[in-house]
Amino acid sequence: MEKDLIKQTPEETALINRATSRRNFLGYSGVALASAALFMAGCKKDDEPMVTPPDSNIIDLGSGDVGILNYAYALEQLEAEFYRQVTSNFFSGSTSLERDILNDIYQHEIAHRDFFKAAIGSAAIGTLNINLSSVNFTSRASVLATAKAFEDLGVSAYNGAGQLISNVDYLLVAGKIVSVEARHASAIRDLLNPNSADFAGDDIVDSSGLDASRTPPQVIAIANTYFVTPLSAANLPTS
Amino acid sequence: MNILKLLDTFNFGDNSPKLDQPASRRESLSFFGDIGAKVALAAIPAVVLAALPKNSFARTMDIPGVLNFALTLEFLEKEYYTRGVASGVIPSADLAIFQQIKKHEVAHVTFLQDAITSVGGTPVAEPMFDFTAGGNFSPFSMYGDFLALAQAFEDTGVRAYKGQAGNLMSSDTVLNAALRIHSVEARHASQVRRLRMSLGQDPNAKGWISGNDRGTLPSPTQPVYDGEENVMQGGVDATTVTTASAASVREAFDEPLDEATVSTIAGLFIM
Repeated sequence: MEKDLIKQTPEETALINRATSRRNFLGYSGVALASAALFMAGCKKDDEPMVTPPDSNIIDLGSGDVGILNYAYALEQLEAEFYRQVTSNFFSGSTSLERDILNDIYQHEIAHRDFFKAAIGSAAIGTLNINLSSVNFTSRASVLATAKAFEDLGVSAYNGAGQLISNVDYLLVAGKIVSVEARHASAIRDLLNPNSADFAGDDIVDSSGLDASRTPPQVIAIANTYFVTPLSAANLPTS
Repeated sequence: MNILKLLDTFNFGDNSPKLDQPASRRESLSFFGDIGAKVALAAIPAVVLAALPKNSFARTMDIPGVLNFALTLEFLEKEYYTRGVASGVIPSADLAIFQQIKKHEVAHVTFLQDAITSVGGTPVAEPMFDFTAGGNFSPFSMYGDFLALAQAFEDTGVRAYKGQAGNLMSSDTVLNAALRIHSVEARHASQVRRLRMSLGQDPNAKGWISGNDRGTLPSPTQPVYDGEENVMQGGVDATTVTTASAASVREAFDEPLDEATVSTIAGLFIM
């Protein structure tokens, strides 16, 4: 079973630790979310009006394929906002190669974000408030470490979500996006440690040659560090 | 290898590859419309047609068939990097990159062989490869050729896995594993592309594919990139819903490649 455990990079560990402390601070837990979901499911079953969940300060991604698309839309919003800030005022000493790569990635994330918004239509979650105050945008190390963590997180999220999608066309779109995210991850990792094995390092690719994969709850626990209003994956498909 | 125990729980029935008629040499030639003369004279080898299950419709291949298709591509990559690393053609500064890629391709071969057995299939045998494609390339003596073919193989691999995702939807376990290989191939592709850029092999190459641009790769590789210019995503023209430029949108979505096209590309290198 150890084989399937995702190894964490130091950046990811930091993200997870922050996520955990934030969750404690906000005072909600997985148990509370699950209870809310059950409560709401019960209401739906009886065809009664939706009741405001106990903690209204949570954005529910929804269920089914729409929920998965909202999940992807949220992650793309996070990435796009991060690169918007990165590219609006590059860290000092940035090289033209670094700027080219980061500008390209920003545009790709915009394309992904806007595609999901259009594809989901009226069922889309809104524009999320994102707090990236933990990132030092003047620091190359902070920017690239965060970029690496976000790209690897995105790859693992899409890899884990593919099997949760029921519409083959959506699965294909997810496949079209995840490989671009992996191309990004490789590029960022090579900026951090040029010409090494890190573009697909042993920290992220296991001994069977498989990239990381995470479930939506695992991803959301990390990403919620940056969402002012926490997201809930409680109603997303699990198989 | 607990994933394989999970795979054991699936029963897929008859999984023998369904072989179509071999592609005729004329069809091969028309496919590679602008192929170099020496390559054009080489018929598509029969072995590739036996090794790669062929179907008229991309979505009809069963799971063992898809995995054997993937295994053949992984054999090709595994053998390519094994020979490349052993040949001395790779400068020491870049060796760590290709040792890592080789390690992954070796692991993918083993993983897929085990997976195929676990779903009740029979792994195909490793084909014989000719990485000169009939004398047109010298990847193990000329580093530029080595890098060029590596890029073509990696970008093809990404497209090939993507093209099969829909055929794996009946098994969460297999689909997940295939996606996890797929993104590793994309990491490889990005690295090789940027390495070619930094070494001056292709000054405009980026880690991502721009439209259907093959850059400085030789013309026989154009089928590796045809279709990458697509902008229709899930029924939406993705260029019309965003402030990102059309060129950026094309880069932002990698496109799948059907099994027949992939087999034809790989067939150039299978004896």
